Amino acid sequence: MPKQNLVVIGNGMAGARAVEDILARGGADMFDITMFGEEPTGNYNRILLSNVLNGSYKEEDIFLNPLEWYRENNIRLLAGKRASGLLRRARLAYGEDGQPVPYDKLIIATGSRAFVPPIEGAQMPDGTLKPGVFVFRTLDDCRKIAAWAHGKQTAAVIGGGLLGLEAARGLQNFGLEVNVVHIGSHLMPQQLDAGAGAILKNSMEALGLKVLLKKNTSAVLGEDRVLGLRFADGATLECDMVIISAGIRANWEIAAGCGLTVERGIVVDDQLLTDDPNIYAVGECAQHRGHMYGLVAPLWEQTKVLADHITGRNTRAAYHGSKVATRLKVMGVEVASMGIVEPQLPDDEVVQFSEPKRGTYKKLIIRDGRLVGGILLGDISKAAYLIQTFDRNTPLPEERLHLLFDIGDPPKQVTFAEMGANTQVCNCNGVSKGAIVACVNAGKRNSKAVMDATRAGMGCGSCKSMVAEIVEWACGGETEEDPSVHYYVPGVPLAKPELIRAILERNLRSVSAVFNYLAGGKEDAASKPGLASLLKTLWKGEYEDEKDARFINERIHANIQKDGTFSVVPQMPGGITSPAQLHRIAFVAEKYHVPLVKLTGGQRIDLLGIRKDDLPKVWHDLDMPSGYAYGKSYRTCKSCVGSDFCRFGLGDAITLALKIENEFQGFDSPHKMKLATAGCPRNCSEAMVKDLGAVAVEGGKWEIYIGGAAGSSIRKGDVLCQVGSHEEVLRIMGRFIQYYRENAKYLERTHGFVERVGIEKIRAIVVEDSEGIAERLDREIAESKAAYKDPWKEMVREAAPEAALPASESRFASVLPVLS
Amino acid sequence: MTEKKLGPIDKIPPGEGRVYSVDGENVAVFRTRSGALYATQAACPHRGGPLADGLIGGTTLICPLHAWKFDLSTGAALFGDCGIKTFRVHVDDALQIVLLVD
Repeated sequence: MPKQNLVVIGNGMAGARAVEDILARGGADMFDITMFGEEPTGNYNRILLSNVLNGSYKEEDIFLNPLEWYRENNIRLLAGKRASGLLRRARLAYGEDGQPVPYDKLIIATGSRAFVPPIEGAQMPDGTLKPGVFVFRTLDDCRKIAAWAHGKQTAAVIGGGLLGLEAARGLQNFGLEVNVVHIGSHLMPQQLDAGAGAILKNSMEALGLKVLLKKNTSAVLGEDRVLGLRFADGATLECDMVIISAGIRANWEIAAGCGLTVERGIVVDDQLLTDDPNIYAVGECAQHRGHMYGLVAPLWEQTKVLADHITGRNTRAAYHGSKVATRLKVMGVEVASMGIVEPQLPDDEVVQFSEPKRGTYKKLIIRDGRLVGGILLGDISKAAYLIQTFDRNTPLPEERLHLLFDIGDPPKQVTFAEMGANTQVCNCNGVSKGAIVACVNAGKRNSKAVMDATRAGMGCGSCKSMVAEIVEWACGGETEEDPSVHYYVPGVPLAKPELIRAILERNLRSVSAVFNYLAGGKEDAASKPGLASLLKTLWKGEYEDEKDARFINERIHANIQKDGTFSVVPQMPGGITSPAQLHRIAFVAEKYHVPLVKLTGGQRIDLLGIRKDDLPKVWHDLDMPSGYAYGKSYRTCKSCVGSDFCRFGLGDAITLALKIENEFQGFDSPHKMKLATAGCPRNCSEAMVKDLGAVAVEGGKWEIYIGGAAGSSIRKGDVLCQVGSHEEVLRIMGRFIQYYRENAKYLERTHGFVERVGIEKIRAIVVEDSEGIAERLDREIAESKAAYKDPWKEMVREAAPEAALPASESRFASVLPVLS
Repeated sequence: MTEKKLGPIDKIPPGEGRVYSVDGENVAVFRTRSGALYATQAACPHRGGPLADGLIGGTTLICPLHAWKFDLSTGAALFGDCGIKTFRVHVDDALQIVLLVD
């Protein structure tokens, strides 16, 4: 197919990003690309302009795509050339020089310009700005401001929004006394409410800035250069220079000039198409469902949809608008803001904390249990969590206090900026902050990509949220979400509920069938174990167990050790054993020269250092069932001595532990599940910090705890409910286990799952049956239980010489013999 | 270049790997679900993990110990600091695995 001509008007962040996204989808083979760029340079990161002004970045540091990039990608860049008009019928775009450029598809990404309000004396008779008056929008503006500021005394910035404050900060570095003149009653009205604005004002003034509020500038004084400002109330202010930062206006003229619909911006639909099917508009110049966006994150979302659509990669891709959240630093004061800044409906709930002396302010606006707005000032340690919650519209925990504070956790000692580059963030894989930042700078723009590349967070997982925060910090808040974070496993592009539905509808009973039907036949090694686990959960005994899909531990039912040997832990629920068992274990340990015999944390006995070749013989001689101490599965249930011997015991914890083991043994699950029962609230068996725990309380009752953890994360479980018998404990635990198995992401422990879903919702479903699924959950558990087979017995049988299956014959051989 | 017959292909189930000792050197041989055969050094260059016990998908191999990743066809590291040695391997008409060694 011959290539089409793609013309992009605008070489700013939106235009260049749209082209990058198109190239990433194979666009180089579909289009010859021409770009009009008004500025004479490659494309740069406009967000960092204030850093150039304040001297913390050099100009060359903020370039995103240097001119070589255009050459390497065969893009014709008409740099320094403004597009002046479009002839839609002939599909021609014209440059200022009258030169026509033909197009088949066209993208308008003209961005916006600084708005100069009608202030007397701001402009010279010829319409240019009066010498000493500037706007702050481009690198060129930056250079002019810097050149003028040299040797001057006093500056005024008109506009107390984010950009105005950043410009003010830049000017301070030139040694000027800076006044911020703001027409409204508080600073940064887009992001802050009055309370936060007042605190920010104090912080700004402490840093030497003068802030004048409710000042309407009526005139710029001075004949041929700036001498001062006059306000509507008659007051005046002497100054040597003025920066106007009073908002932006979309550059829509080229669209209006050829008859496209323009309101405040160029009107586009969900595919970013204007009313001409060959013309798209994207970025600050576009108006989508009545909204215009001046931030970069929405822009990234738009360019992705545009690129999907224009390349045909996904013609149903749709942009549904963006939820706006920002995280920034104004003169060293950290600010995070999302959604609305004031409650709008009578039932909107406001959670607020204010500590003006320390410059801290926190406010959340909650509607129907979900976050619709928030402001954090001074202390933004909870920003990453809150922004994510806001963005995904996830339900909030009942207890609001934890939304604002990390109570009980050690305080964060340093901000990421202060944290040393050598500080180790991931203690499992030894990844430093510096390595994470370097990875972001090398182009990995989301935490999953960074974790894949550096392995940070891929060990025990407890540092994942910190890695995500550092990535976000290093990206300046502009992370690009990897859609696969919502998938159950990365290699099949479906969230868990959709994946389950597809598996059931299409009757897929093996991992290879899932890849064939749901992933276009593309196998993904890392996704295999998660799929195998889910299929076993869904189909129980009717699942086709392809051994290659299992991690080695689950392939041969033992836990691989650092030297390639294995550990063997026989079943021992409640930590109860017998002299006969101990004899057998001792016999095996001697016969196979087991190098280490050790008690485990789960009250069992571990035989470590067993050669793969010996495993079937060891299992045969032990003649005990597998303890599943190697699987992403139910592990065991430990117990205290309960009521038989202990003088404090209130309930029979041992018998309950044995019943639990009998009920759930061998269950596959998204991650391991460790359980315990305690005969009284002294909690000797640590049931309150287990994935599931049952604690006997006075009155013949049991309290069921879920979501506890005492590994790399430490969390006390939530009390799910109180029940009156062992049988009820089994039923409620079973329901929770099944709900967890059906809804958790692969490798999500119960503590993360309970926090994500919320204890209230889980209680409603598994205790109160709010969704009417309790009976089904009970049935699934019963079916899983019926399908349980001890894997060691199975494998001993398979490995026996008379069975002589070719595959299993070699399964336990550490080295196979060679014929010739 | 000499040919070594390692034994029948059905010793290796689809999607898995096995270790063979060839002139004192351990070689891991993998059979993918699509029927391709690959052979590499047996020990992971990171901490000596048994690569034949790893997960494979397409031409990606993941070491079972710390999840270093390699391309089976080239030996290149996909995650990790160091690649692995590969060998040429095929199945003959008698369904025997044939390894080519120097």
